[in-house]
Amino acid sequence: MTSARPYANPYVAGIALGLVLLAAFALTGQGLGASGAFANAASGLVAAVAPAQAAKNSYFQSYLAAGAPWSAWIVLEIAGVIAGGAVSAGLAGRFARRIETGPHLSKAARLATATTGGMIMGLGAVLARGCTSGQALSGGALLSVGSWGFIIAVFAAGYAAAPLARRLWR
Amino acid sequence: MSFTQSLPVAFAIGAAFGCTLERAGLGDAKKLAGQFYLQDFTVLKVMFSAIVTAMLGAFWLGRLGLIDLAAIYVPETFLAPQIAGGLIFGVGFVLAGLCPGTSCVAAASGRGDGLATVGGLLVGVLLTGLAMPLIGGFYASTARGPFTLPQLTGAPYGVVVAAIVLIALAVFAGVERLERRA
Repeated sequence: MTSARPYANPYVAGIALGLVLLAAFALTGQGLGASGAFANAASGLVAAVAPAQAAKNSYFQSYLAAGAPWSAWIVLEIAGVIAGGAVSAGLAGRFARRIETGPHLSKAARLATATTGGMIMGLGAVLARGCTSGQALSGGALLSVGSWGFIIAVFAAGYAAAPLARRLWR
Repeated sequence: MSFTQSLPVAFAIGAAFGCTLERAGLGDAKKLAGQFYLQDFTVLKVMFSAIVTAMLGAFWLGRLGLIDLAAIYVPETFLAPQIAGGLIFGVGFVLAGLCPGTSCVAAASGRGDGLATVGGLLVGVLLTGLAMPLIGGFYASTARGPFTLPQLTGAPYGVVVAAIVLIALAVFAGVERLERRA
């Protein structure tokens, strides 16, 4: 893609993201999220495949009790994230089918590390009750103690693990 | 349900969120991973400037009486599972090079590694949910309810806000120097 435009200045993008987050606070009374959409999807899947299992599980019930998980606020928000990301990439000439990987890692191995990383983050996000969106961004801006604990833990573990994962990226 | 809680508003806010992440380049796992090798601090710059912007906006809109801060949901604190969850999440973040929100943007911009991360997240959340009868005690431990840094430190809201702005400016200055060296 020779026509791909360069990315925005990170501070400008960050301020824009902060204004989107502020709009969410002011309009809806809650911040942004991402892992919550996965929790709703997982709850909906378990309820469809194994309703008895879903009915006796407090975690899935906490999502199912709020109504149909496929039309939860955060699921529609994530549908918006996907649409907004696709349109933005398309307009900037950055939409392309590809697999981002380090110089020494095959594409198949990269898909395996991406899947594994996703699974590990899924475990972490359930325990933390949110991810870099719902906890770090939203809870961080509202000065939640648990959110700041989460942010510090994420970066501490990331920097501790990075040397061990160096061959993936460098 | 009010209009602002409605699903078209959720979609619109999400679209703006996805657009800003894509514009910042946060659909590219190599760019995010660069954060952890002191090469590319885009993640930290975008995240911290977004936190500071929304924090200052909420503080001043509340101070001017334009929004009711008491009506905004503050994520509840469960310190031990949140720190443990953060430590686990950080390891997954380095492996995937993406987080849940950015994995959706990566997938939406055509990246197979983004789609693989999305699939892994769904499986990870589902399996952890199934394991909740085993880990529920830890999950619910150290509950503090909505608990904020001003409450923790005893410092006034405005002082904590100002301190975080100063820390952010110092961090930005530090990472700009690191990037020039890299």
